[in-house]
Amino acid sequence: MSSVHDWAAPNPVTTNRSGLIGKPVDRYEGPLKVTGTAPYAYEVQPPSPPAYGVMVGATIAAGRIADVDIAAAEASPGVLAVWTHRNVPSQPPRGAKAHPRSTAGSSPALENDRVSYFGQPVAFVVADTLENAVAASMLVNLTYEADAPDVDFAASLDAAGQPPGEQDVEIGNFEDGFAASGVKLDETWTTPIQNHCQMEPCASIAWWEGDVCVAHTSIQMVKPAQHGLAETLGIDRDAVHLMTRYIGGGFGGKGQTYDDLTLAALAARALKQPVKVAFTRQQMMHGTIHRPATVQRVRLGADKDGRLNAFSLMTWTHCHRSGSFTEHASNFARALYAAPNRLTGHRLVRLDLPHAGPMRAPGEASGTLSLECAMDELAEQLGLDPVDLRIRNEPPVDPENGRPFSQRQLVRCLREGAQLFGWERRTAKPGQVRDGRWLVGMGMAAAIRGNFLLPAKCSFSVDAEGVITVRQGMTDIGTGTYTVLAQIAAETLGVPLGKVVVEIGDSELPPAPGSGGQFGAATAGSAALAAGMNLRKALAELATGDPRSPLYGDDPELVTFQDGVIAIENKSETLAALVARAAPEGLTVEGDSRPAADMREWSTQTYGGHFCEVGVDPVTGEVRVRRMLGVFAAGRILNAKTAKSQLTGGMIWGIASALHEGNAVDPRHGSLLAQDLAQYLVTVQADVGELDAIMLDEVDDKANPMGIKGVGELGNSGAGAAVANAIYNACGVRVRDYPITPDKLLAGLIAKGL
Amino acid sequence: MKAFTYERASDARGAVEAVVNTPGARFIAGGTNLLDLMKLEIEQPQHLVDVSRLPIAGIEDTDEGGLRIGAMATNTRVASDSRVRARYRVLSQAIVSGASGQLRNKATTGGNLLQRTRCPYFYDTSKPCNKRRPGDGCAAIAGHIRESAILGASTACIAVHPSDMAVALVALDAEVETLSPAGHARRFPLMELHRLPGDTPHLETHLIPGELITAVVLPPPPPGGQQYRKARDRASYATAHASVAIAGGRIALGGLAHKPWRAVDAEAALADGASPAEAMARELKDAALRDENAFKVPLATRLVAATIAEAQAQAGAGRDA
Ligand SMILES: Cc1cc2nc3c(=O)[nH]c(=O)nc-3n(C[C@H](O)[C@H](O)[C@H](O)COP(=O)(O)OP(=O)(O)OC[C@H]3O[C@@H](n4cnc5c(N)ncnc54)[C@H](O)[C@@H]3O)c2cc1C
Ligand code: SF4
Repeated sequence: MSSVHDWAAPNPVTTNRSGLIGKPVDRYEGPLKVTGTAPYAYEVQPPSPPAYGVMVGATIAAGRIADVDIAAAEASPGVLAVWTHRNVPSQPPRGAKAHPRSTAGSSPALENDRVSYFGQPVAFVVADTLENAVAASMLVNLTYEADAPDVDFAASLDAAGQPPGEQDVEIGNFEDGFAASGVKLDETWTTPIQNHCQMEPCASIAWWEGDVCVAHTSIQMVKPAQHGLAETLGIDRDAVHLMTRYIGGGFGGKGQTYDDLTLAALAARALKQPVKVAFTRQQMMHGTIHRPATVQRVRLGADKDGRLNAFSLMTWTHCHRSGSFTEHASNFARALYAAPNRLTGHRLVRLDLPHAGPMRAPGEASGTLSLECAMDELAEQLGLDPVDLRIRNEPPVDPENGRPFSQRQLVRCLREGAQLFGWERRTAKPGQVRDGRWLVGMGMAAAIRGNFLLPAKCSFSVDAEGVITVRQGMTDIGTGTYTVLAQIAAETLGVPLGKVVVEIGDSELPPAPGSGGQFGAATAGSAALAAGMNLRKALAELATGDPRSPLYGDDPELVTFQDGVIAIENKSETLAALVARAAPEGLTVEGDSRPAADMREWSTQTYGGHFCEVGVDPVTGEVRVRRMLGVFAAGRILNAKTAKSQLTGGMIWGIASALHEGNAVDPRHGSLLAQDLAQYLVTVQADVGELDAIMLDEVDDKANPMGIKGVGELGNSGAGAAVANAIYNACGVRVRDYPITPDKLLAGLIAKGL
Repeated sequence: MKAFTYERASDARGAVEAVVNTPGARFIAGGTNLLDLMKLEIEQPQHLVDVSRLPIAGIEDTDEGGLRIGAMATNTRVASDSRVRARYRVLSQAIVSGASGQLRNKATTGGNLLQRTRCPYFYDTSKPCNKRRPGDGCAAIAGHIRESAILGASTACIAVHPSDMAVALVALDAEVETLSPAGHARRFPLMELHRLPGDTPHLETHLIPGELITAVVLPPPPPGGQQYRKARDRASYATAHASVAIAGGRIALGGLAHKPWRAVDAEAALADGASPAEAMARELKDAALRDENAFKVPLATRLVAATIAEAQAQAGAGRDA
């Protein structure tokens, strides 16, 4: 097994001779996307005309389907099939694995007569046109026996218990430490359910080529989708060819497949015709996962110099009746600040609500909304600057496991951010600054998000024209994967970007774990680098072993790759010439990467500091973000443009969490109130003033051979807290129940006599 | 969506006849509201008569010194008309505070007035709603929504009218011109167009089925300043928690009732020398409050005071200029 020290050796990415690494190059697939010619799953052209499937969602949250009447739907024009649990083709039971090493088990659609959440797909209609399918779907008549649903999270906190296999983490003695602290804070925050609201709803198209099911779907992880579909269809895993070329946003919500895929494949088999199925916007809200609501209690105990003596973040959250997903909103706090006495943990309650699951920065996005505001409140109690309070509690090593930090530039992020933002102009006393009708305030918060590396493979090919083709079962959910893989390939093989082709999103390509947990670029990229290095070696050996090459007989170790030319000193030839002559069919090699055996001896995180200036209208309680700056340290940056856009996108999501986003549960029905994008408010352009993200120079050679880390989720972490803290600074009102909407803020303003 | 047939009308009279003579027929203008509702089968017309190309999209000066806005004039066209911006700025402000640029490019003056509520239960067809199906019950009443009426609500419906434009038009004392199914033109105050829900929340206006709105007529602008303010959850593309249109001494309120609400009592109180807060206390004395929407009372009160001040400042600046 390798050691992280091996990763410190220079390689083409870290030496970056042509300067392509880090460059803000345009998106590889950008032209296709902006001209509307990138085929997303639903738009893929099948070999013959498709039929259209439409799902029908349950209108109760708990109970059973007592009766089914599909006669009218079946008689509706153009209808080819109407399925419920009574007549859907049989599928192996949930979780079954015919192949023990499958990464996902069977996930049958229309499984049985039980309804366990509102909106659960309970019927399916296929017709010759989308219009006919939609019209017929409205004619499916199901009679339910409803149970009283248990969906009221706030009323269920006492029923919450430890998530499976987890325990609270206590270091020192929290209660004693807290009791003994001179300065104390004990407050509770709540965050609502959030829906992913990807631009592209989940969608699939499937057809059969003999015994092989060919499916295009919108999924962040290829392999589990392929395996899960094979298990559900009861066929060999190789008999599923699953593709996901372009994805219109995932955010964790497409980390799993849904019934659109299963039903498309089953119907295509039954009807011997391609079938496509998409969720409607309304169906996305209930039929796919959401970020669950949380209640978070933060207790901080400090001495009068602001050194934390005791700290606790406890999170209550919920998941589906059958699930175990936990929004780990307390986890990040274990690595953030020093304090001898610490207590963190989670309580989970199962409800008759749709499935909870991961959403961009799962844990951090919710948890920083409490702790980073609590730090702001503590700073005020202590009369300290919030930046200073954080710096005073900067731990020398990971405060819970004692591991050294691989890289930790949190303090630098905070200091440089403060300086660039003009933090010194902030008045500590709230409510002091006015600009026209606005009360103006500044707030800040720290950002932290873990860094991960997973095993992955990749292949590189070179053809007789010197074109490098990268192939990997990786996905690009809009983050820039295509582009950074092209950059890694171009830099590694010394070819211009125009000579690189990237093929991803296909179960037949060398497997990679996909996009999620901000591990995508590091994981896929490390495997790409390994494949690139193997191809370099193969080409060097090809040249030095080929009597017709000017490099013949030289030491392959000395070969350089630049501008499409391989050379040793003044002897050279083009890659294209070499391959055309010595390997006219082209050359393909694989590479793989895996975490180093000793990687976990370091605490490896990404960090940042958010600074925000808001205006609060004291008349209405409306808030506008005037300026926001994030300074981040997240290892080497592969592409300044795509990375920055990930970070600013995350920051905007933070603004949304602070001000706009959230879905309310109707406790009578177990349904979510907002069911479209007119009702579910995400932050829009007009809500975001000046916005900037700065990435500090950093190389984290403990993270992976390229020294890069993830940026996809870091921007979310802490951003909302910076907004909330700025609101307080502007007007002196703390709202601890997110989102901070005008109705809530107005109540506080009135209470203050404003 | 239910299957439907479609025709495009070439003149107003023909459009009215087509709707009157075809069972289940409806006008469609920009389609930005009706089509969304059809997709969810909340509206189920069997036949659509497209009026969007009717030659009633112009904006003309009237002999009285006002403006006559054709019913097919798009929201964008009206808001950007130089006469509207110079003399009826409250209307321009109200229109651009609504929906999005794309929607306003399609949305028409007539369609905007007749857009339906944004009550979330109206949109969720799995829930009872008297507006969707008379006699069904109202899911919102025992629900927890902020976007409900505090004025003029009934035990059958607590929904609010979402139009911003209509609030400004009420403050401007606009009139509506229509062509009735019998082929008669009529003209009446826009304030009398919309109804309160009562026992029949599915009936939203006093138009007769098949009656076509042909124009909105603005009288000359009232003396004094004009201003529109709207409080909402995000800076754009969200409906109002409360909105206020001031035109001279007239006040109209949005987001509080099943129709744009002319604040007659507040106007009278102000004329008597009351402060804006006192005037609003009088206007809202019969407000029926729920936990979730009670914030609309202080919100509307404060918004009225601030908007009056802004309108006065604007009038002052106008005089100085
Ligand atoms: C996401 C979203 C957000 C929005 N936010 C706002 C907002 O913040 N503020 C706001 O004010 N509006 C808002 N709107 C509503 C928008 O203003 C309306 O959809 C639009 O004004 C309707 O005009 P239209 O011409 O498209 O009407 P259509 O959809 O064509 O018609 C609406 C109704 O009017 C009838 N009709 C149309 N023209 C006539 C006529 N001349 N005579 C008789 N009947 C007629 C139709 O039969 C139909 O019943 C929003 C809309 C959406 C989709
Ligand atoms: S308030 Fe009106 S629109 Fe809303 S559910 Fe009740 S009846 Fe329907």
